[in-house]
Amino acid sequence: MSQVGLDHAASIPQQARPILLSVQELQVWFELRRFGFGHAGYVHAVDGVSFDLAEGEAVAIVGESGCGKSSLMKAILGLYKPTSGRILFQGQDIHQFSKERKRWYHSRVGYVQQDPFGALPPFMPVRRILEEPLIISGVKNKNERMERIRKSMEEVKLSPVEDFIEKYPHMLSGGQQQRVVIARAMITEPKLLVADEPVSMLDASVRVEILKLLRALQERHNLSVIYITHDLSTVSYFSERIFVMYAGRLIEKAPVHRLIDHPAHPYTQALLTGTSEPDARNALSYKEVPPGEPPSLVKPPQGCRFHPRCVRMIGGECDVNEPPEFTVADRHTVSCWLYK
Amino acid sequence: MQTEPFLSVRGLKLYFRTRAGEVQAVDGVDFDLDRNRAVVILGESGCGKTSLAKAILRLLPRNISCYSGSILLKNRDVMTLTEEEFRRSVRWVQMSLVPQAAMNALNPVIRVGEQVAEPAIIHLGASKREAMEMAGNMFQLVGVPIDFLTRYPFELSGGMRQRAAIAMALITSPSLIILDEPTSALDVLTQANIFNVLKRLKKELGLSFILITHDIATSSELADEVAVMYAGQIIETADASAFFTEPLHPYSQKLMASVPRLRQRTELDFIVGRPPSLINPPKGCRFAARCPFRFEKCAEDPPAFRRDGRQVKCWLYA
Ligand SMILES: Nc1ncnc2c1ncn2[C@@H]1O[C@H](COP(=O)(O)OP(=O)(O)OP(=O)(O)O)[C@@H](O)[C@H]1O
Ligand SMILES: Nc1ncnc2c1ncn2[C@@H]1O[C@H](COP(=O)(O)OP(=O)(O)OP(=O)(O)O)[C@@H](O)[C@H]1O
Ligand code: SF4
Ligand SMILES: [Mg+2]
Ligand SMILES: [Mg+2]
Repeated sequence: MSQVGLDHAASIPQQARPILLSVQELQVWFELRRFGFGHAGYVHAVDGVSFDLAEGEAVAIVGESGCGKSSLMKAILGLYKPTSGRILFQGQDIHQFSKERKRWYHSRVGYVQQDPFGALPPFMPVRRILEEPLIISGVKNKNERMERIRKSMEEVKLSPVEDFIEKYPHMLSGGQQQRVVIARAMITEPKLLVADEPVSMLDASVRVEILKLLRALQERHNLSVIYITHDLSTVSYFSERIFVMYAGRLIEKAPVHRLIDHPAHPYTQALLTGTSEPDARNALSYKEVPPGEPPSLVKPPQGCRFHPRCVRMIGGECDVNEPPEFTVADRHTVSCWLYK
Repeated sequence: MQTEPFLSVRGLKLYFRTRAGEVQAVDGVDFDLDRNRAVVILGESGCGKTSLAKAILRLLPRNISCYSGSILLKNRDVMTLTEEEFRRSVRWVQMSLVPQAAMNALNPVIRVGEQVAEPAIIHLGASKREAMEMAGNMFQLVGVPIDFLTRYPFELSGGMRQRAAIAMALITSPSLIILDEPTSALDVLTQANIFNVLKRLKKELGLSFILITHDIATSSELADEVAVMYAGQIIETADASAFFTEPLHPYSQKLMASVPRLRQRTELDFIVGRPPSLINPPKGCRFAARCPFRFEKCAEDPPAFRRDGRQVKCWLYA
């Protein structure tokens, strides 16, 4: 039985690897306008998120639909401007970059976006799709561009290259389309890859193929990766640490196996209970699920954002004060008053 | 004495006519289902799962080139009924469907309660008032607050809309419900919630279910039996506990090995290649081109072999 992937990387002490990306007290709010009323508040999509990502490190951000995962990513990619807080790439604030520097940053960060089927322009063959980022990042020599296109197609196993290079997206299967998206993200040889639900739209067997491909690229290029998903069962195959996101905040951070074996936050515990493994005994019992639904991000609950659904809620504390990050073990932190 | 199964499907075929040729989406499907049991139809995208649901409910598009086989429901072959008889005594009345992506298919400008009530008016001849009252009862059954009856779809979360879609399928009190990918687009906790609802309906109302999905892990939340579909055919049927511990068909084995698991740290496997086209599918075993155990015999079409009360369409079990 082979161990999965990244244990060698996980065993390198964190301090030994330089920090690539540092997100500090990040807020991304969207103004909410109602017809006839004008300003009607803010959607607190990302609301006080901090973490460091080391070079060559893969982390997963796990959370339910609408909790702010894509907004966080888009801020990191420089597509959304932070309402407050900072994002440092190799120590420099990405939102202070000049135009020139911004272009450089975009070539350092690859993006595999959420919807693979909408991600590719339908009227361009694979060759054009892959050439574009090279042109934008200033590779002037046509032969060099073709050379790199072939190389990146081989890396994502779109080979023999001739079979695919002139095809249009609709002629490719879902898995092949996703490999084109990954090739496009990798072609500028980035340091950081952001993959937003890269496999959730794919069939089980194709899903594994793509996850394995991403992992191989990560190891080969010492890439840092942020892997966004709502499916906890895939994360241990891919990342070293997990951040659990709830209503705009990261409520628990821990190494993957630590989080799966010793989840601290009641919400994380619920997510783990809710995740099924294929086992016929599942049909024999009901699952414990916290009542209610995730809160509105326009007026998030006071105190702990999970408190209205939490069975272990401490009255007078959880519903009043926002829990800070408590450390429960080495590299394992949780925002919950139970761990005061 | 062995009693007849509640539902017995034999040699069911549904082919579509297209410009590229005939698509054999459902090609000779056999399976049985007992009362108050749930069978899961597992298979990858495009293997014909939705087409199978449509064939069972006779919800057919125009471009049909072949529709045949038998569907014994309580010992009556409903395939022989006229469209009028089928509509009057089978569809909705005895079996109903929660279609794929149903939660996104609700009409945005009509209140949810009215949409859920509609089948009762059309198929049971209920008055509008009666139907709304029934819709209220169904909402309670699936755990949607009653005051949501007067809301519009956009005011409900995805999970609530999916429950409403289930309520709509329940309102005519059928004994069989076909669910096509009921939770694939939903979050973990919402999924778990919906499966709790389905388990309760099965226990309290004695319903039977056909659950169609590609999500193997969550399918085990409801499955009594499993039928695996590949390229338009069912290649294995088994009791759920037998299947999840020891799948027999090479395709089923590969499929199970590709399921990510939270707590097991084994390497994941995947199946190289793609399923064959359903236009002129290969003559022999349809999985042969991707099968690690392939041998000469596989060039011929394998029948379904019996093994410990299970059925496997593979020459290894001859
Ligand atoms: N450009 C925008 N303008 C206004 N609101 C937005 C915008 N983008 C996102 N939101 C809101 O911010 C919240 C977080 O959205 P986000 O897309 O980041 O969630 P997510 O975690 O990626 O969800 P999913 O899993 O469904 O992709 C949601 O309530 C969403 O409606
Ligand atoms: N009306 C139609 N005319 C022609 N081909 C069709 C028609 N409906 C479905 N098909 C084809 O039949 C095959 C089976 O489709 P079906 O929708 O049953 O698959 P599925 O297993 O439900 O897939 P998914 O998991 O993606 O929902 C596909 O190749 C599809 O393109
Ligand atoms: S802080 Fe309180 S309400 Fe929030 S998760 Fe912890 S115990 Fe529950
Ligand atoms: Mg998103
Ligand atoms: Mg389908």
